[in-house]
Amino acid sequence: MNSSEPTSFKDAEERSLNQEIVTSWKPNETLGEHLERRGVSRREFNKWCLKMISLMGVAMAAGGSSNAQEIANQIAALKRPVVVWLQLQECTGCLESAIRSYNEEIGDLVLSSISIPYVELLMAPSGDAANKALEEAIKEPHILVVNGSIPKNDDGIYCTIAGETSEELLRRCAENATHILAVGSCAYYGSVQAARPNPTGAVGVRDILTDKIVVNVPGCPPIGDVITAVLMYILTFNRTPECDREGRPLMAYSTRIHNNCQRRAHFDAGQFVNSFDDDNAKKGYCLYKVGCKGPNCFSPCPILKWNGGVSFPIQAGHPCIGCTELHFFDRMTPFYKTLPNVNGFGVEGVANVIGAVGVAGAGAAIAAHAIGSMIHYKQQHMKEEANVSLPAFGDAPGAPDKEFKE
Amino acid sequence: MSSYTSANVPESKRVVIDPVTRIEGHLRLEIEAGDGVIQNAWTSTTQYRGIELIACKRDPRDVWAFVERICGVCTGTHAIAALAAVEDALQYPVPVQARLMRDLISGALGIQDHVIHFYQLQALDWVDVVSALKADPHETSKLAQSLSDWPLSSAGYFANVQKKLKDSIANGQYSIFTNGYWGHPAYKLPPEVNLLAVAHYLQALVWQRDMIKIHTILGGKNPHPHFLVGGMACSINLDNDQAINQYSISHLKQLVKSSHDFIHKVYYPDVVAIAGFYKDYASIGASNPNLFCTGDPGEINTGVPAGKGMIKPGVLLNGDYHTVHDFDQDKIKEFVTSAWYTYGTKEDIGLAPYDGQNMIDYTGPKPPYKWLSDNDKYTWVKAPRYDGHAMAVGPNARMMIGYAQGVAPIVERVNAACDQWGLPRDNAFMNSTLGRVYGRALDALINVDMMVSQLDEMVDRIRHGETSTFNPDKWEPSTWPSSCKGVGWVEAPRGSLSHWVRIENGQTINYQAVVPSTWNSSGRDAQGQMGPFEYSLAHGGNHPLIDPSRPVEPLRTIHSYDPCQSCAVHLFDVAGNPIITRQDP
Repeated sequence: MNSSEPTSFKDAEERSLNQEIVTSWKPNETLGEHLERRGVSRREFNKWCLKMISLMGVAMAAGGSSNAQEIANQIAALKRPVVVWLQLQECTGCLESAIRSYNEEIGDLVLSSISIPYVELLMAPSGDAANKALEEAIKEPHILVVNGSIPKNDDGIYCTIAGETSEELLRRCAENATHILAVGSCAYYGSVQAARPNPTGAVGVRDILTDKIVVNVPGCPPIGDVITAVLMYILTFNRTPECDREGRPLMAYSTRIHNNCQRRAHFDAGQFVNSFDDDNAKKGYCLYKVGCKGPNCFSPCPILKWNGGVSFPIQAGHPCIGCTELHFFDRMTPFYKTLPNVNGFGVEGVANVIGAVGVAGAGAAIAAHAIGSMIHYKQQHMKEEANVSLPAFGDAPGAPDKEFKE
Repeated sequence: MSSYTSANVPESKRVVIDPVTRIEGHLRLEIEAGDGVIQNAWTSTTQYRGIELIACKRDPRDVWAFVERICGVCTGTHAIAALAAVEDALQYPVPVQARLMRDLISGALGIQDHVIHFYQLQALDWVDVVSALKADPHETSKLAQSLSDWPLSSAGYFANVQKKLKDSIANGQYSIFTNGYWGHPAYKLPPEVNLLAVAHYLQALVWQRDMIKIHTILGGKNPHPHFLVGGMACSINLDNDQAINQYSISHLKQLVKSSHDFIHKVYYPDVVAIAGFYKDYASIGASNPNLFCTGDPGEINTGVPAGKGMIKPGVLLNGDYHTVHDFDQDKIKEFVTSAWYTYGTKEDIGLAPYDGQNMIDYTGPKPPYKWLSDNDKYTWVKAPRYDGHAMAVGPNARMMIGYAQGVAPIVERVNAACDQWGLPRDNAFMNSTLGRVYGRALDALINVDMMVSQLDEMVDRIRHGETSTFNPDKWEPSTWPSSCKGVGWVEAPRGSLSHWVRIENGQTINYQAVVPSTWNSSGRDAQGQMGPFEYSLAHGGNHPLIDPSRPVEPLRTIHSYDPCQSCAVHLFDVAGNPIITRQDP
């Protein structure tokens, strides 16, 4: 670390940006210790505290103390990492999922594990007082969680908060963030609002923050326990989890649903549901032929299941719709069409061959495995995604399209 | 036409609340304030996504999944409305068991939504969290035990909650309570009641994640459970481990019972008790004196509302809350006077859902901006009107109409509550800030009682061998007419919701959603009539706002509607015109 004393937080920030390991706020480290490690002197910190106190008003400090040094000490002793949680162009489903997390009870999380001074769904103040809480939080190192997409069209008029565009707000909040989580398919790539014709030009967080590491936690919404576990991974081990090519943590997105599906044995045995609620459906056979996208979808649904391990869509008799995958609303539809006969594959001749073989049950599956890995994604409505392939049977998650590249 | 703009409001009287937090979506309030009251108000919804357009040119069997994403708070509601609209268009009958499953999902969502709204989204307007630190846990315990026999009520329990809260904020990190309006004179609850509410805030968080397993059992997940046109995907087979079987039934029974207990022993008694400290809000925040509903809480109608429940479809007009008029869906028209859309040269006309033609017409300032409503147009929400009237919808509308129709359980509960508060026995108080909060609690209570009988009916039908959950007859597009249209109505948590669909040659060619929060959060129409949010704040010029930098009073009133702004924004365009062609101002 540079030995000269930094003159401002900005200096310290810039210096530490090049030293990834010192940027993060370690567990059980006080804010004072953390800043010291990052090269901010105690004197500098006290000066900053005085400034903040005048900005924040003394009511913010515990017990309403008005002694500046005491307040400085209290702020230095802050133990809980700060999380800022943005909701941009979205439906709030991701936060609703997070508050249904089982392994991390949300009440304990927000009261005891982290401090989350800005989360619009749950925070006490509105308007100016809310915006002030945000400004205070983002000046300091924090973890940034983002739900929702960013509308790029028409100067960003399709989603503004406090008169500011989503893009501007996101950039400001990311500046001092030690980790950035894009939670939900909207934050990943735009999800439903990015489906054709994408009227507002919705894009994901990584499309805006191109110079930062963004961890994607897709799903519409993701399982609540996945959201909180990725957050707790970072808090506990002070590092970004290992991710696939799409920036999705391997702890959750390394295996296709198909591989862990409890109905997989029926697939292998060629036992399929042919129509909903038919005799085979009542026996719990495989949903592949009524459109299941489990073979093309990387998600822990069959392992963790939903809402405390109760069930997941396939168990409840409905095909997977592939909601953790890029552009699933366009590429996995029609939802009830058998793979690979969906938009994401778009090679009708091949699909017809598969259809003909389809009656052979297990034979179709084998053919689909072989052909799926060859077919690239082609869809006339989405030019910009045209070179992204669906993960096919047997591919690694988010693997590049071999055929297209060659 | 521009008489309603705020152009002449002096800078010193302008108050902006943006973001309005603890809601769904993005809402901005612009207020003219002075002398401790609100003199005028404009509500702006600042997010637009265009989901109805995205739902066009799709397989109608897929559409529920697209429009379900309109909202993740009232999750499932829009999917169910979509199923009803598509099934109405295709004249597609659905097995009774599937209908009961949808009823249970709709009911579970309704009561969960109401509980989360009261504790997580609204309570901090009425409950001073910091004051709870001063409470005597023994007194809180006595109070809790006087309200109901809910077991988590010992002094030790409340002392633990208090300690948890104290430890949480001891070092100055207030987390979600940062910069709250603690100590504001509008907070009236004694510390002991505040502690009770904080404890139930935490309990509600635990309860909501458990009871929603009703969605997981029947729809595979929550939020955004999976549905199926023509029925439900989960089969019933008592002798299979993958279908709805005795495990599922026992689990559903346990979840419905725990819901019943929480509503009857915690939520409803809390609301009645806390309301007793805020009786002044029974005469603050009334909406336009016109309200309508299409049936019971959670009721689903394929096609025109049929009046199959306890509460019949009905309309209250001009402040007469005892005369219920018939509801006629053809009287709905929408105005774009204050919304960023255009009807071409005829800006001031209202159009019926099936005549709509419009384009995005953003005339607001380029962000960042400081003030919006000095323009005629200031929101992404259009203004629906019923026979020219600005209408409010919601649980209070259902309860007021049910009361006027003499629905016994509603009349009994309302009268008992009025007696307890010393108010006259009447439904009129329910058109107020306090009335909306109370109406929502009563709505949940009526709904959870219905769920008990819906589940009983489902089990009884299984007992009689009725296990079909899906009708395959109209699944294949070859069985569909080449052109058809349909409507589905749902009494959603926030009020009457309808989805309208047109299908041609196996594809959706038009999709529309008329959503509760559209009615409630609309801006001015061509006559200058305010929408309900605005009317509640500005009509009469006596809504309190003591300290504009800490606007807890208007937040109480706006939150009492349970705003859902992602839902509220929508477009009508039956003709399939290119409605997203933006016109430069």
